Amino acid sequence: MTPRDPGSQHPGAHEPTTRNPAAQTPSARGQDSRALVMARIRRALADVPRAETPGEVPVERTYHRVHGDRTADRTADLLAENLADYRAIVHRADTPASLDAPSSLPALIARLLAERGATSVAVPPGLPDSWLSAVPDAVRRVPDTAELTPHDLDAVSSVVTGCAVAIAETGTVVLDAGPDQGRRRITLVPDHHICVIRVTDQVVGSVPEALERLDPARPLTWISGPSATSDIELDRVEGVHGPRTLEVILTGPESAGQS
Amino acid sequence: MSGTHQATYLGMPAFPQAADASTRNTQLRANLRHATHTIRAKRATAVAELDDWSRLRAAGAAIKDRTLRHLDQYLEQLESAVTAAGGQVHWAADADEANRIVTELVRATGEREVVKVKSMATQEIGLNGALATAGITAYETDLAELIVQLGDDLPSHILVPAIHRNRGEIRDIFTEKMAQWGRPAPEGLTDAPADLAEAARLHLREKFLNAKVGISGANFMVAETGTLVVVESEGNGRMCLTLPETLISVVGIEKVVPTFQDLEVFLQLLPRSSTAERMNPYTSTWTGTTDADGPRAFHLVLLDNGRTDTLADTVGRQALRCIRCSACLNVCPVYERAGGHAYGSAYPGPIGAILTPQLRGTQSELDASLPYASSLCGACYEVCPVAIDIPEILVHLRERVVEGGPASVRGTRTVIKPAKGHAAERAAMRAARWALDHPGLLRTGQRLAARTRRFHPRRLPGPGRAWSDTRELPKVPEESFRDWWQRTRGRSATGSRTEGDTGRRTEGSTGGSTGSRTQGSTEKSTGSRTEGRKDTT
Repeated sequence: MTPRDPGSQHPGAHEPTTRNPAAQTPSARGQDSRALVMARIRRALADVPRAETPGEVPVERTYHRVHGDRTADRTADLLAENLADYRAIVHRADTPASLDAPSSLPALIARLLAERGATSVAVPPGLPDSWLSAVPDAVRRVPDTAELTPHDLDAVSSVVTGCAVAIAETGTVVLDAGPDQGRRRITLVPDHHICVIRVTDQVVGSVPEALERLDPARPLTWISGPSATSDIELDRVEGVHGPRTLEVILTGPESAGQS
Repeated sequence: MSGTHQATYLGMPAFPQAADASTRNTQLRANLRHATHTIRAKRATAVAELDDWSRLRAAGAAIKDRTLRHLDQYLEQLESAVTAAGGQVHWAADADEANRIVTELVRATGEREVVKVKSMATQEIGLNGALATAGITAYETDLAELIVQLGDDLPSHILVPAIHRNRGEIRDIFTEKMAQWGRPAPEGLTDAPADLAEAARLHLREKFLNAKVGISGANFMVAETGTLVVVESEGNGRMCLTLPETLISVVGIEKVVPTFQDLEVFLQLLPRSSTAERMNPYTSTWTGTTDADGPRAFHLVLLDNGRTDTLADTVGRQALRCIRCSACLNVCPVYERAGGHAYGSAYPGPIGAILTPQLRGTQSELDASLPYASSLCGACYEVCPVAIDIPEILVHLRERVVEGGPASVRGTRTVIKPAKGHAAERAAMRAARWALDHPGLLRTGQRLAARTRRFHPRRLPGPGRAWSDTRELPKVPEESFRDWWQRTRGRSATGSRTEGDTGRRTEGSTGGSTGSRTQGSTEKSTGSRTEGRKDTT
């Protein structure tokens, strides 16, 4: 195709254009445009009675809060099935009711990191100490700090986090940047993400149930399987820019055995 | 670098000419057929999993209608919430203004490169071209957008802009072009989708890690909380939304929804309609800025660019419910054959056929042709997750093109002149109206036509030829219905006959080009003529 403007060569060969001092500042012009757009909207809505309030436009929420009736165990199973369906690797670990009793979680995390050959792991500030207690010291712990750059993170093998909530019907884990999850980028740049879900209090059935629990003021990341694309012939392929391996560990006192 | 080359929709021919060429491209048709048929069946399965789909759909439509009817209030609420959360809101009345605002915001950072999340709004306004003119290179990071950008091409689908390319073509584009933009494609790149995805990962990695400015659109904006939502698959969205220091989001004013709870409807409707997934791999939401997590500066550019004109049309307004899922493209028999480029805008397919002529007006030949780029089969309406009655709007816009009439153009109420090309059609309709008002003349004409049957041409002469190029001329029956009735039952049923007969006749005759068919000589042919648009499955 033709270049739009013969004067626009490569960025490097182009001096920054000096702004016309007589031009309006963006904010002043913005005020005009705001008023203009608002006036256009009001004119466009001339058919809407002036007295009508938004609440008077009916919205029937007759859809289900959750699809189907399930026990807590069955909900956890569905979560595991749906996560696996989108190529997340699902594991189970016991966490006994008492904090002092031994749990299979640290050993599992250590094994997954070892199998991956991880040499370093990003650690959110509020990750329970015990989770990495079985990981050898040779695996470098990279704390999640404000100074950590994207380039630093690119050299980190894995990341271990908790989550805010998980949705069974869709096979989704939601992170809200809480203390056991850290900044958004630590679960993005490393290629291997291990996410621990507490079955007892973090799994919900449906999207509506999840939204109820989430705080919109926090930055949220909804994760349903490893990164994927349908951009080549509308066929799904896993593994693009986000972590290409997502391992999810469901922990709970009742969950029997582990993978 | 080819960063300053920008393919453009400007000056594209009207749909019939463009489609005439594209439908002859067998490779394109094979690619589109394969892709749309793949996704069609998957979508049906994903939707069938939810037994309350029709209720979700109705709720989605209702929430959008509520928003649109009170758009001014919701935008004010959104603006306050975004500002309170540390964001800055800008207003753009048209594409040029939006491009200017974004260009100035990027310049203010001192950066000359930006990374972009796929965004329909920035495609619509031609942002990349505007940035290139200002010496700023925009890197598209969505895999399909990357394919389009590297190939100096135009998007042809809302969800999968490179749907017209198959894997072999994509491999060739990557091998030839990646080096001009950054990291070259790996040696010996195969056409396996996983390898192509890996090549994109490697190529864009450096860009993400170094990016200081990200540009995005948004799928939803929550008025109540000031939260923006981006729904994606690859993680390029997360990269652009969280790694840069400055984030600029260009979003159409119709993307607002009232409450955070309302997302429960759209986050169920969108992924299943779009990629046929229970949930897309990544959804990011953010509210203003967050301390030490993600961009330190957030700018929201609210875009009108014809949306208020669309809003002013009480029939066409529902097009603004669109959540850009692309389900209507994937089921459309016209899209499947003509391809996305023929629609001449960032919005192809059925939704483009109703959105583009409303956003841009129907003045150009291309835009006036778009409402006709449909067989009115209704499949698009059937799958639309927010129940946009696309066929209804198509017919409404056809009427506007032919008859002209009042419309809003760039915020001003005007009266549009009837389009020139339809003078013959209007004359024919006037003649039909006159003839139908004069039953005696009609009868004489029908008898005359019946007697001259064997002299009737198969093709229409003169300006009517284009019409009969692809259609059979209806055959005039030996005997008109009226005469047949008179002959067979005329003597026995004199009383009730005339009334019923006339009534049926008038109903059929108003159907435009079907006028000549109303002379059907049997009851059966009369019955089968009824418009069945909404019954189509």
